[in-house]
Amino acid sequence: MDLNATIIGQTIAMVLFVWFCMRFVWPLIMNMIEERQTQIADGLAAAEEGSRSLEKAEVKIAGMIDEARTQGRDIVDEANTRGSGIVDEARVEAGRERERIVTAAHAEVEQEVNRAREELRGQVASIAVAGAARIIAKEIDAATHKGLLDKLAAEI
Amino acid sequence: MASAGAQTSSEYIQHHLQNLQLCKTDAGWVWNECAGNFWAINVDSMAFSVGLGLGLSILLRHVAKNATISNPGKLQAMIELVVGFVDTSVRDTFHKENRLIAPLALTIVAWVFLMNLMDLIPVDWLPGVAHLLGVERLKVVPTADPNITFGMSISVFILIIFFSLKVKGIGGFLGELTMQPLSPKELGVPKILWPLVMAFNFILETVALLAKPLSLSLRLFGNMYAGELMFILIALLGLWQLPLHFGWAVFHILIITLQAYIFMMLTIVYLSQAHEAH
Repeated sequence: MDLNATIIGQTIAMVLFVWFCMRFVWPLIMNMIEERQTQIADGLAAAEEGSRSLEKAEVKIAGMIDEARTQGRDIVDEANTRGSGIVDEARVEAGRERERIVTAAHAEVEQEVNRAREELRGQVASIAVAGAARIIAKEIDAATHKGLLDKLAAEI
Repeated sequence: MASAGAQTSSEYIQHHLQNLQLCKTDAGWVWNECAGNFWAINVDSMAFSVGLGLGLSILLRHVAKNATISNPGKLQAMIELVVGFVDTSVRDTFHKENRLIAPLALTIVAWVFLMNLMDLIPVDWLPGVAHLLGVERLKVVPTADPNITFGMSISVFILIIFFSLKVKGIGGFLGELTMQPLSPKELGVPKILWPLVMAFNFILETVALLAKPLSLSLRLFGNMYAGELMFILIALLGLWQLPLHFGWAVFHILIITLQAYIFMMLTIVYLSQAHEAH
């Protein structure tokens, strides 16, 4: 092992390589790693924050659902009340309508009956007159016996 | 021993452990006849060392430039793993603010690892290729060349001295060398004997200080040299080399990684000590 100028050459080479590494390599890689570490820490914090706000939102949502449910129940109740009210009203209205229709029908029927009766009465009078004329076979003066005939017809 | 030809075993081993050298003599630039000449250059060590360092730098620069935060590729993930590992090691050991230590540690661990990794290439391949290209000597593993390991440890040593002086000042640094481990004040020796104690301390501390770069480089060199020697010896065994080479290579993966890690870790520790006042 003989020592020679290679020592000097190697020393110079080492100085250059170390300088290069210190100047152009180490800071870049180290900055990158540190930046990534920051990013990861930030990301974890954000995730933590996110899950916390999610929890908060879930609580809020549960409250909202409860409120909505109550509101829905109220609406349904109100609708039921109003519906039964409408039904009752309609029922009353219908009853009244029925009453009216029935009354009108009764009146009409009565009127019809009266008219038929009048007509019948007239016909009975003329039949009675014709019958009586045929039975008596003697001309009865319709004009003279009108009062009698009318009385007869009213009695039928 | 593909390229051994008519060599004897010891010639084969010798041949594999010689660097390709270039030096200037009176007759001009010559190859491989540089014994005893300090101004010789081990061309193969330098070429592999600088080549691997360049490759490493380009790779790291490429990854650093194209690094994305949210969509890292596999290569980026691997580099980040290494960078994160080095960063953790530095932060665990070194508590002061210093922009140099971490990149230094990264360069050392990755570069030394790559240079050690050359040991896993079968010992005859690259020298065989070089032989075909007309180059007679080639030592492939730069860290099995003490010049390379000393070059690195001396750089670290200079940094140790520099940061010691910068943090503690000349007085503090000299005090550290002379006033411990035996403190003349606490010993209660008369003032006239203080220089004696201080000289004793100075010898101890200087040895301790110089032992740092020495042990740093010799540990790496020794491990890699021995590992390479084992590979060469195994390559002499004919067919038996196949299972043995595999076994030793698997074991050597551990050594390669461990030595790179130890070199980095000790560098951090030494520089950390240089920053701490006693």
